[in-house]
Amino acid sequence: MSTPGDPEALSVELVRPYVITNGRGLPDDDQFNLITLVTTSDQPRPSHLDPEKHSVLDLCSGGLLSVAEIAGHMKLPIGIVKVLLSDLSADGFLVVRAPVPPAQLVDVSLLQEVLNGLQARFG
Amino acid sequence: MGSRPDSADGVYLDDAVQIAAKILVVGHFAVGKTTFIGTMSEIPPLRTEERMTQAGAHVDDLGGVRGKSTTTVAMDFGRITLSSKLVLYLFGTPGQERFVQVWEDMTRGALGALILVDPERLKESFPVIDLVEQYGLPYAISVNHFDETPVRPENELREALDLLPETPIVTCDARDQKSSADALIALVRYLQTRTDRRA
Ligand SMILES: Nc1nc2c(ncn2[C@@H]2O[C@H](COP(=O)(O)OP(=O)(O)OP(=O)(O)O)[C@@H](O)[C@H]2O)c(=O)[nH]1
Ligand SMILES: [Mg+2]
Repeated sequence: MSTPGDPEALSVELVRPYVITNGRGLPDDDQFNLITLVTTSDQPRPSHLDPEKHSVLDLCSGGLLSVAEIAGHMKLPIGIVKVLLSDLSADGFLVVRAPVPPAQLVDVSLLQEVLNGLQARFG
Repeated sequence: MGSRPDSADGVYLDDAVQIAAKILVVGHFAVGKTTFIGTMSEIPPLRTEERMTQAGAHVDDLGGVRGKSTTTVAMDFGRITLSSKLVLYLFGTPGQERFVQVWEDMTRGALGALILVDPERLKESFPVIDLVEQYGLPYAISVNHFDETPVRPENELREALDLLPETPIVTCDARDQKSSADALIALVRYLQTRTDRRA
């Protein structure tokens, strides 16, 4: 684990995101947001995948997680994780549970379900 | 890179979960955001980083790193499974205005925000409230009483924070689960009144 002030960890931190996204800028796409839910598909993995992508698939093969959780477990910035997920999804390795569209988010029934859930758990 | 959690127990969501919702827990420095999320979350709270590049800087120019072209903002978050198909995520977001990119990401698709306020440091809450309003997020105020601080009457707080009459103010101890859950419930009830009006 890197600690602040550890010079080696710092340089790795600064360089890696660039390397593992092959120099691409961070995507500003709508496919993945912080709470998009992701897991692996049945598609077999090729052996020549980038190590970071292998790690993502290892993590996601255990079950359903949000993009934020994947970033948290992997200790990678959100933007980097989105790039990795976009690639893996485009190649068919992931099943993505589409985020709720904004119009539906303020849906009366969704708020009621949130309320019911909170009351049932903590009431 | 140890990417798989040590134990899979409770790490993953139930396969049946279909919908993820998001509520922000915001507030000034050291007001209790991390504590609140830790109290409410069913998983050990996680931390993510959002890396930002300042306007005009080249992402792919490593030389630019020396020129401080990037900043990192850390966010804590937690998870509450609310039903067989619904999960709620709580994101603790720092209130600094300069982190605009992060705020755009955080507020997009959020149901609303719970703004934690220390009644002894009201002024420090102004920029956070401004930011939440600027992004059009509906919010409730949660007053965290730190030890030995005098209780201030609600109307005094409402006036000092320049709140709308309908904005809920609840008191909360972020270390206590029942108290924190009640604050979230007050926020969600308020969000319901707003959708009613719009319909
Ligand atoms: N009395 C009291 N203490 C609290 C409450 N919430 C948090 N604290 C304490 O306040 C301190 C700061 O809490 P944090 O949860 O770290 O605050 P934060 O908003 O995450 O802080 P930053 O991330 O640094 O901005 C900790 O020592 C907590 O134990 C509360 O509701 N009541
Ligand atoms: Mg904190």
